[in-house]
Amino acid sequence: MREHTAALVPPRALWVPFMLGRPFGVPNDAAFQRRVLLAALRLLERETGPVLEDFPDEAPYDDLGEAPVDLVCPVSFPSMPSGGTLGERLAEEVARLQAWHEVAIHYRGRTTLGVTGLQPPEIAEFLASWLTGAPRPTFRDGIASGDALKLACDELKAYYYEAKSIQPGRHASAEIHDWFWMQTAAGQVLLAIRDKAAQSSDPSMKTLAMLTLIPRSVDLALQAARGGEPQPR
Amino acid sequence: MVRLVDLSGPDRENMLKKVATLPRFAERPWVRGPALGKRRVAIVSTAGLHLRGDRAFGPGAAGMDYRVIPGDVPASELVMSHISVNFDRSGFQSDVNVVLPLDRLRELVRDRLVGAAAAFHYSFMGAISPVTQYEPKARELARLLRDDAVDAVLLSPV
Repeated sequence: MREHTAALVPPRALWVPFMLGRPFGVPNDAAFQRRVLLAALRLLERETGPVLEDFPDEAPYDDLGEAPVDLVCPVSFPSMPSGGTLGERLAEEVARLQAWHEVAIHYRGRTTLGVTGLQPPEIAEFLASWLTGAPRPTFRDGIASGDALKLACDELKAYYYEAKSIQPGRHASAEIHDWFWMQTAAGQVLLAIRDKAAQSSDPSMKTLAMLTLIPRSVDLALQAARGGEPQPR
Repeated sequence: MVRLVDLSGPDRENMLKKVATLPRFAERPWVRGPALGKRRVAIVSTAGLHLRGDRAFGPGAAGMDYRVIPGDVPASELVMSHISVNFDRSGFQSDVNVVLPLDRLRELVRDRLVGAAAAFHYSFMGAISPVTQYEPKARELARLLRDDAVDAVLLSPV
């Protein structure tokens, strides 16, 4: 935040107007990223300071850029499964997304999954156990329950985001976010896990419940929906 | 990054509350150096990035240490385990360079606009408060950067 930089007074700083999470502006736009990087590095050549300069341009787009037109996906994108328990719907949803996720890896040459060491169906199974009366405390020895849930939830979300974002068309950050939290079984599972964590006496669960599982924007949107007020975005 | 006015009320309040917790420094160090075309540049991120097999970041001590990112690391080996869920990750998932522009840095070196890229870059997880808790590890990292003959560091917040 510019206000934080102004308070800290570092020797040289470039403030940029981009969304949190995108300090170099936009994904998949090398020319724009280069401009931002060079603008920051050129501050090194200033003779006097401190310097706090504003990058002059907005990000050219808010989405991920155009998906490749030659993509062939074997299945249509699934709507939320409607039957069964929440855990069963989660498992079915994860299974349906697999084809799209494989397409994403093929096109991008990478995935950001791998922190847990679990495959998505295993993550779903672990998280679903927390919807029952017999939750698995952790998926690996030496990790507290709250930490294990945090890593698993974030990885599940990454799986969904990567699968969704490779669909044809342009996908804005807010669109993917709203789809995940409002239209998927996974979003419902994470909300349910937060409720469980809030009731737990395990210290590792408190931070999860209060701060590190559900974005503030989601709680705002849910609150607005319950109160019938316009949803802030 | 981002304007306060573009954030929701609670997010804006949360950000403003942090201003009072930030350290105030008595000194204003100012160092001049060679032209950019002769500098050796390292990038330090606060995005909670690390190699896939490395320790994940977390609350407490697990969150205050840095992780090493080799300069020749393939993008496919980088993952993120930041504890905050209040910033966009879809950009990173789509393109590492929007958070850690190693390809862009290499291109600037190729085009002789930057002297060299460091052998190693680093990532912290920028969620621990107060930020003064990072000081011991930050000083340790400064020694590593000096040993790598780095004379310019770009701190990239997320």
